[in-house]
Amino acid sequence: MLKLARWRYLTVIIVTLLGILWALPNALPPNIRAQYPGFLPNKTINLGLDLQGGSHLLFEVDKDAVYKQRLETVADDLTGALRGVRKAGELGARKTPIAFSGRGQSSDGSVVRVTITNLSDMPEALNRISKLGQPIDGASGVIANTDLLVRNVANNIEISLSPEAKLAMSRRAVTQSIEVIRRRIDETGTKEPSITRQGADRIVVQAPGESDPEKLKSLIGQTAKLTFQLLDDSVPVAEAMAGRIPPGSVLLPQPSQPNEPFVLVKRRAVVSGENLVDARPSFDQQTNQPVVSFRFDGAGSRAFGRVTTTNVGKRFAIILDDKIISAPNIQSPIIGGAGVITGGFTVESAAELSTLLRGGALPAPLTILEQRTVTAELGKDAVEAGATAGIIAMVSVMIFMFLAYGFTFGGFSILALCVNIVLIFAGMGAVGATLTLPGIAGLVLTLGMAVDANVLIYERMREEFAAGRSAALAIDAGFARAVVTIIDSHITSLLSALILFYFGSGPVRGFAWTLSLGILTSVFTAVLVSQVLIALWFRQTRAKVLPI
Amino acid sequence: MTTKKSIWPLIRLVPKQTHYGFVRFARMAASASVVLVILTFVAFATGGLRQNPIAEFNNAQGGFGQKIGAVFADAFNLGIDFKGGVSIEAIAPTAIDMGTVRAALHTMPGIRDPQVQGFDKPSQIMVRFLAENNRNEQAIQTVKTELAKVVPGVRFSPPDIVGSKVSDELYRNGIMALVAAMAMMLVYIWFRFELQMGVGSVVALLHDVVLTLGFLSVTRLEFSLTSIAAILTIIGYSMNDTVVVYDRLRENMRKWKSKPMDELIDLSTNETLSRTIITGMTTLLALFGLTVVGGTTIQSFTIAMIFGVFIGTYSSIYVAAPFSLLIPRSGKVQKLQTMHDDRP
Repeated sequence: MLKLARWRYLTVIIVTLLGILWALPNALPPNIRAQYPGFLPNKTINLGLDLQGGSHLLFEVDKDAVYKQRLETVADDLTGALRGVRKAGELGARKTPIAFSGRGQSSDGSVVRVTITNLSDMPEALNRISKLGQPIDGASGVIANTDLLVRNVANNIEISLSPEAKLAMSRRAVTQSIEVIRRRIDETGTKEPSITRQGADRIVVQAPGESDPEKLKSLIGQTAKLTFQLLDDSVPVAEAMAGRIPPGSVLLPQPSQPNEPFVLVKRRAVVSGENLVDARPSFDQQTNQPVVSFRFDGAGSRAFGRVTTTNVGKRFAIILDDKIISAPNIQSPIIGGAGVITGGFTVESAAELSTLLRGGALPAPLTILEQRTVTAELGKDAVEAGATAGIIAMVSVMIFMFLAYGFTFGGFSILALCVNIVLIFAGMGAVGATLTLPGIAGLVLTLGMAVDANVLIYERMREEFAAGRSAALAIDAGFARAVVTIIDSHITSLLSALILFYFGSGPVRGFAWTLSLGILTSVFTAVLVSQVLIALWFRQTRAKVLPI
Repeated sequence: MTTKKSIWPLIRLVPKQTHYGFVRFARMAASASVVLVILTFVAFATGGLRQNPIAEFNNAQGGFGQKIGAVFADAFNLGIDFKGGVSIEAIAPTAIDMGTVRAALHTMPGIRDPQVQGFDKPSQIMVRFLAENNRNEQAIQTVKTELAKVVPGVRFSPPDIVGSKVSDELYRNGIMALVAAMAMMLVYIWFRFELQMGVGSVVALLHDVVLTLGFLSVTRLEFSLTSIAAILTIIGYSMNDTVVVYDRLRENMRKWKSKPMDELIDLSTNETLSRTIITGMTTLLALFGLTVVGGTTIQSFTIAMIFGVFIGTYSSIYVAAPFSLLIPRSGKVQKLQTMHDDRP
């Protein structure tokens, strides 16, 4: 064995050189890396949020709100369908109205109920209701189901959403939300945010360098559903607050006006945020107050112009997320499709609202499940502490190995350890792993545990030599016997690191990364690298005695 | 070369050949382990040996199950990872008196279960609490304004918030990770060695995990996701150690077919002793560095790991190997896997 096959030497040399090449960018300052030739690896290890500072936010999409919205539309359409109203463009004769009562939505919004007066109308009623269904996203084939589940017991019909429809709807809501969040965050100039889906209904937002999560949260946490609705002045607000709200109207709060805390508005929106093409913060020319100026698209301008023309002298409300921002008088028809929103803004809130409106509305409210922030200084401290700990560990392990195995063999194991560290850094850079604070702990721990393989080999050599074998045979036997043990024992460590990787999240995953990489590389360096070193040494010295 | 031999090695931790009778002490070690395991469960029930479980039981509301739950509720100093809630760091110009902060927190409205612990410097503390009805933002505001009254000039870092939904999931995942790790170890050892060795090693692992949990309970180190990482690493380390001993045991079983099992165990443990100690030493050296300069965040991890290195080494010598003595052998010793027969 001391005449090692050539491939062993080659493998050690090639892998070590590649390792240095890949690990090098981490050691170079950015300005030198910028001049690096393009064919060389130039990736550095990603630092986790806990090391570079930043915010981690986990949101959940309120699925129930999405389902409820869909069923509200169904409930609205239901009335028309049963009365036999034709939809725009629908052909054929007017259908006969079906008598019904008790149309309503359950309190949690998950079921729409209606009672058909005459049982004989039931088949036709069911037929019309089933036409209200929409195809499910992604479903195909002849029996592509619609999204509605219609059940009837005696005179009652219950409409709910099918499980597949719910799944498709929440997926779509998450996808749309991610787009909206990205648009909103991009506008603020936050650097490289990562916005990813997690599971069926969650979104992770990670913003490196952002140590003020409140700004992000208010940016993402608002639905920003903007509507323009006419006021309902048929009933005084006091009476509406006492419970007499006319059908088709709704009482909404107006936080900015303490002398008019509630306003009664018609449910139907004249124009909504979807019709906006632009929104910007600006100042009112007379009062110099901050305002938000906006522009509608063609359809929005036409609808708004039509309604304001016929309602001069009346009031309309500008509503954001079910709260009234302001409720101005229509002094003259607004035809140009541009306008301003006033409502006691500050410069910041006007800027924020503009950003939200430009980004569009979220399909459903988001609730925050988890928020973690590390300030940049704390991250820097952690990196420095980790580096110091690493150096202390490295030096003390080196001294110990020298003391225990002498300069020759101790030196070999230290050289192998150095190659090991280079390989870990190279490996982390190459696979794009993230280094976290527990990851640094894993790295330092690897330093301590990596020499284990060397120790196993050396101890075995000592034993074989003590048992009377020649130096060459003892070296040989030491490697051959220890390798089996090394592989067995390292596989168990690797298994637990892999489990950690599978179940862990965030920083812990970073730990699992460094630990598993460290285990793999330490087997390589301890077995192959030190074997090559010792074989070279033996060829030079032809030693009769093992210096360990 | 010969002169070198007299100089090196400078230190020899273990004599060249040892003949310690480990198995002789196995009974004693087993009793010690059993006592420690019992102590661990006592620690779970008493909030780390700090509370009277009977009083906790009697004071608790609700049925028997809930009362039992109340007794074990303080088993660990759970961080927000597993408990949910808010954690916020407060930094003041001068040292902060934790007693004052604690007293102030206990009277604040909308806040449950407040906990205060020191952090890096005396002028820095970490406050953890649960917000009533999940009104985190409100609770954070209350804590900030009220603490500013008792600690002049205090500043706060951005808070960390973990919702109960997420903390429940993390908790479940943590437990699953531990169970999965032990199951995989059992299967691996069973596959590579023998079933009774697999059982022996898993008993040793359970022993390590339980005692580490007891250690975390008694020391009140924060129990967080990193603690799970520490325990899994301990599992890996302890298993590593056990495998080295087993590997030698298997080799010796083949070499000395007529020797009784307890002698073989002694022989194998002695032969691997110097490796066990040297690897333990280098690992500890690395961990000490981390503990001293690594900062509070990873201290709970490294301290648990240091404990784990000791307990893992102990268990592979005294739990794993002797335990395999207890299980009757199926007489298939000779039929062990023969994949290493090509050895010189």
